[in-house]
Amino acid sequence: MTTVTKAAGDPVPADAGAFLSVRDLHVSFRTEDGVVRAVDGLSFDLERGRTLGIVGESGSGKSVTNLTILGLHNPQFTTVEGEILLEGQELTTARESELEKLRGNKAAMIFQDPLTALSPYYTVGRQIAEPFMKHTGASKKAAWARAVEMLGKVGIPNPRERAKDYPHQFSGGMRQRAMIAMALICDPDLLIADEPTTALDVTVQAQILDLLKSLQQEFGSAIIFITHDLGVIADMADDIMVMYAGGAVERGTTREVLRSPQHPYTWGLLNSMPRLDSDLSAPLAPIPGTPPSLLNPPSGCRFHPRCTFQDRVGGTRCITERPLLAPDRASACHLTAEQKHTIFVEEIKPRLG
Amino acid sequence: MLRFLVRRSLGALVILFLLSVVTFLLFFGMPRDPALLMCGKQCTPANLANIHHVLGLDKSVPEQYGIFLHNLLFGSSQFTQGPCPAPCFGYSYHTNEQVWGTLMDRLPTTLSLTLGGAVCFLILGLGTGLIAAWKRGTLIDKTFTAGAMVISSMQIYFLGPLALAVLVYQSHLFDKPAYNDFTAGPVSWFTGLIIPWVVLSTIFASQYTRMARSSMIEQLQEEHVRTARAKGMSRRYVFFRYAWRGSLIPIVTIFGIDLGSLLGGAIITEYTFGLPGLGRLAVESVFFSDLPLLLGVMLFSATMILLCNIVVDAAYAYIDPRVRLA
Amino acid sequence: MTEDLVLPAPRDADAGPAGETLLEVSGLTKHFPVKGGFPIRRTVGAVQAVDGIDLTVHVGESFGLVGESGCGKSTTGRLITKLLEPTAGRISYRGKDITHASRKQLAPIRSEIQMIFQDPYSSLNPRQTVGKIISGPMEINGIEPEGGREGRVRELLEIVGLNPEHFNRFPHEFSGGQRQRIGVARALALEPKLIVADEPVSALDVSIQAQVVNLLQEVQKELGIAFLFIAHDLAVVRHFSHRVAVMYLGKIIEVGDRASIYARPRHPYTHALLSAVPEVSLDEEQESGGRERIRLAGDVPSPISPPSGCRFRTRCWKAQDKCAAEEPPLVQISGNHEGHLTACHFPEEPTIGAREEDIVLDPALVALEEDAAEG
Repeated sequence: MTTVTKAAGDPVPADAGAFLSVRDLHVSFRTEDGVVRAVDGLSFDLERGRTLGIVGESGSGKSVTNLTILGLHNPQFTTVEGEILLEGQELTTARESELEKLRGNKAAMIFQDPLTALSPYYTVGRQIAEPFMKHTGASKKAAWARAVEMLGKVGIPNPRERAKDYPHQFSGGMRQRAMIAMALICDPDLLIADEPTTALDVTVQAQILDLLKSLQQEFGSAIIFITHDLGVIADMADDIMVMYAGGAVERGTTREVLRSPQHPYTWGLLNSMPRLDSDLSAPLAPIPGTPPSLLNPPSGCRFHPRCTFQDRVGGTRCITERPLLAPDRASACHLTAEQKHTIFVEEIKPRLG
Repeated sequence: MLRFLVRRSLGALVILFLLSVVTFLLFFGMPRDPALLMCGKQCTPANLANIHHVLGLDKSVPEQYGIFLHNLLFGSSQFTQGPCPAPCFGYSYHTNEQVWGTLMDRLPTTLSLTLGGAVCFLILGLGTGLIAAWKRGTLIDKTFTAGAMVISSMQIYFLGPLALAVLVYQSHLFDKPAYNDFTAGPVSWFTGLIIPWVVLSTIFASQYTRMARSSMIEQLQEEHVRTARAKGMSRRYVFFRYAWRGSLIPIVTIFGIDLGSLLGGAIITEYTFGLPGLGRLAVESVFFSDLPLLLGVMLFSATMILLCNIVVDAAYAYIDPRVRLA
Repeated sequence: MTEDLVLPAPRDADAGPAGETLLEVSGLTKHFPVKGGFPIRRTVGAVQAVDGIDLTVHVGESFGLVGESGCGKSTTGRLITKLLEPTAGRISYRGKDITHASRKQLAPIRSEIQMIFQDPYSSLNPRQTVGKIISGPMEINGIEPEGGREGRVRELLEIVGLNPEHFNRFPHEFSGGQRQRIGVARALALEPKLIVADEPVSALDVSIQAQVVNLLQEVQKELGIAFLFIAHDLAVVRHFSHRVAVMYLGKIIEVGDRASIYARPRHPYTHALLSAVPEVSLDEEQESGGRERIRLAGDVPSPISPPSGCRFRTRCWKAQDKCAAEEPPLVQISGNHEGHLTACHFPEEPTIGAREEDIVLDPALVALEEDAAEG
C-alpha cells in the first residue's frame, strides 16, 4: 500500500478488501512534442459508499486518471501501466467488451460541461434510456419510463414532457441534472464526477452538489469527485487526494487535509484562494511560478521548483529524490513530520485568518 | 417547416429574377450582334434590320425584358416559328427550335449522368471514408487516404480519355458511352453510361473520402461521443449513431453544392464522353450568342442549384434539432 | 505617472476613497433585438441584457460587479468601454457625456479607459510580438513616451512581473497567467484612469489566479487606477473591490461597500448567492453550522421575457403579490449603512448566520431530504 516510483521497487499487491484500488498507475501519451507523462505512479483506494475528492490544477492528471479507470483513453496514443482493480476485476488489461458491460452500469461518469457532453441530435429521454436498455435488456418503453422517473428524481419539472426535449432546450442546471439521471439510471456502485459543477452558476452549483449528496445516500454509490475548487471538495468529500504534476502529493480525510495540511503545495492552494471570511488587509499568497510541463517534468520532487520550503529540508534531496507517499494519512514531502506541523501552525495558519 | 420552405422559395424567386436581369444586361453589353451570325455571307443592312425586327432586337432593352418575362409566365403566340406555351424562353436563334423543348430533350441525359454518378460517388466516397475513420492509423486508412489524395489531383479530361482508350477502344469490354433512353431499354441505358459514371464518381469520391474521414475523426473526439462510450454503448453504435449524425452536416453541404452544379450540366464530362447534356447546351448558347437559349440554360441551372440549396437546408433541420427551432 | 493623479493615501482596507466621481452611469440599457416572424424577418422581441442600471465609480476606486451568467455584467462592461452602443441611458466620464460620442470626440478619453479580457488565449494577437501588442495602443494614439516606446514596453513588462527582455517573444511562448500579465501591461500602456476588467482571472488555475489578483491589486493601489471589476466569483470580488454591486437579470439589485454587502446583505438574492458559495471552513466551530443555507429552485429565467415587477420574485421565498405588480426601487432601506442600496419590497435581516430552518426551494432536494429524514 505504498506509492512507489518505478525505480523504488515492485508495486505492493492490492488490498483485496477495497472496492476500487488503483496501484502504481502510469499513463503516458505520445504527442508530436514527445511523451507526456500525465499520470506517474499513482495509488489510491476507495471504499464503497464513500466520496473521494481529487483536487488539483489543470495538468495534474486528475481527469486522465479517471478516464483511464473506465478505459476511455485513446489506446492508440496512450500507454497504461499499473493496476486498476474494481471489486477485484483488473481493468487496465480488460477486454473492450468487458469494459462496455461495466461502463454506465457498475461505474458511471458525469462530465464538466453538460452542453457538449450531451448529444445535440437525440432527445434527453433517449440518451438517458440508452444505457438502461443496453445493460438491463429492458424494452424501449420500459427504459423510457425509467428515464422519465429518473428525470423526476433529479428535479426536472414535468419530466414526462421534458424527456422529449433536446439538450439545447434545457438550461445549464437542468442539463447537468439530466447527466446525473443518465449516470445513475443503472444504479452504479461507482460514480466518477469530473468537475461536474465548474460550468455552472454558483446558486445552481449549490443545488447540484446537494442533490448529488442526497442521491448518494439513496443509491449508496462510491463517488470520485474531481475538482480544482477546495471549497467544493470541502463540501462534498469524505477523503481528499491532492494531485500535482501527475502524482498524489497529499491524502487524508477531508478534515485532516483541510485542517492540518502537510504538503507545501496544499498550503499554497489554501493560501492563494480568497475566501468569504479571509483577511482583506493582506494580499493573497500565491504559489510562485507555473505548473511544470509534463513533457519534461522536474527531477526529484515535482514541486521543488515552486517550493519555498526547500532550504528547510537541506541539501539537494528535493532535487534528486522523489518523496514517497505513504498509505492512509500522508504527504509526499521530505520535510519531517515535526517540521510540517510547526510550519503549518506557525507560518501558514495565521495567514489563513 | 412549411414557413421555411415558403420563405426560401420566395427568396429563390428573387434571386432568379435578379439573375435574369443581369444575364440580359450582360448579353446586350456584349460587342457582338447575334443577328450578324444569322445574316450569313451576303449581308445587307436591310437584311440585318429585318432580322433585328424579327428577333425583336430593335426594341429597347427594358421592353425586350418585359416581353421575355411576359412570355416566360404566360407563353406567347407571337413567334413566327409557331406557338410557345409557358414557360416560354422563345425560339433558339441558332436552331430555331423551342428553347424549353430543347432543355427538356437534354435533361434526361444530364439527370441520368448526375444521379447515377452521385449514387456511385456517395457509396464509394463515404464507404472508404468511414472505413478509413474506423481503422484510423492502420495501413487501410493510409492506403485510402493516399489513394484519395492521388485521385483528387486527377482531372476528368485525363481520366476520361484514358478509360475510353483502355476499356472501349483497346479491350472492347464496354460500349462507347452514349445516352440511350431509360424507357427504351434499361440495360442499354446502363451500359451506355457506366464509364462516365465511374470516371465522374472516381474524381468526386476522393473528396468525400477525405471529408467523411476527417469529419468522423473530429466527431469521434467530441465530448458527447465520449459520454456515449462512458455509458457503455458499443464502439459500432457510437460510431454510427453519434459520430455519423454529426458528420452528416458538412457532407450534406458539399453534396448539395455538387449535385446542384452537376444538374446544371457537367460540361467537361459531357464533352469528354460526347454526351449531349445541358452543359454542352450552355457552351453552345454562349458560342452562338443565342440569347433565348442562354437565358433558358442559365435560369434552369440556377433553379437546380437553388433547389438543391433549399433541400440541403431542409436536411439540416432534419439532421440537427437545434436548427429545427431556430 | 501623470501629475493630476494623486496617489491615494493609505486607507482602511474596507473604505474606498470617497473621492471625486470618475464614471457615472444612469439608466443604462442594452436590448439586443431578437429576429423572427413570417414571411419577412423582423425584430420580434429583445434580450434585455442590461435594463436601466445606475452606478458610480470614483477616482482610484475598485468597483466590483457580481452576478451569475446572463445577468448583464459583461454587457455593462462593454457598454462602458464603448464596445457596444447603449439602447438608452447615459454614461458620463469625468462629467462629460460620452454616451453617443463619436470616435473623434472619444479620442482623448479612449486612452483613459482600458479593458482586460477573460481569455488570455484569444485576446492577444498570436502573430504579434509582445512588444508590438503592448505598444499597439501607444501607436494607435500617436503617443511617443519619453525614452521611446520600446523603453516603455520594457518598463511595463517589469511592472507586471515579466522579464523585460522578452518583448520580442510571441504570446504562445507564455503560460496562461503570463499572458494575462501581458494583457494587463497592454491596458496600462496608456496610463489609464479606469480599467474595466471582465472576468480577468476566471480562466486561470487557482495558484495563478492569486498571482494575477495580487498584480491587479498592486497596480490599482500604486497607480491609483479605478477598476470596474466584473466577475462571478464572490470571494475574488470581495478581495478586490471597495464597493460591490450585485446584478440579476439586467438589474442591479443591491449595491454598497463590501463589508456591508458581504456581512449585512438585505436582498434575498444576495443572501442566496452568498450562501451558495462553497467554503473551506478552517475552524471547528465554524463547521457547517455557521452560515445560512439557501437552495433556490431552477435556473435564471430568460432575459427575453423577464418576470414583471421584481425580477427575482419567481425564485424568491418571500415573494408576494406586490412583487409582481411593482418593481422595487434601488434605495437605502432602513437599517442599511450609508450608500448601501437594496431593491426589495421585503428585505431580509442583515445577517448571514444560520437560520432556524434552512430555505430549500428545489423540489427534488426537498423530496430527497424528506426521504432521508424519514429513513
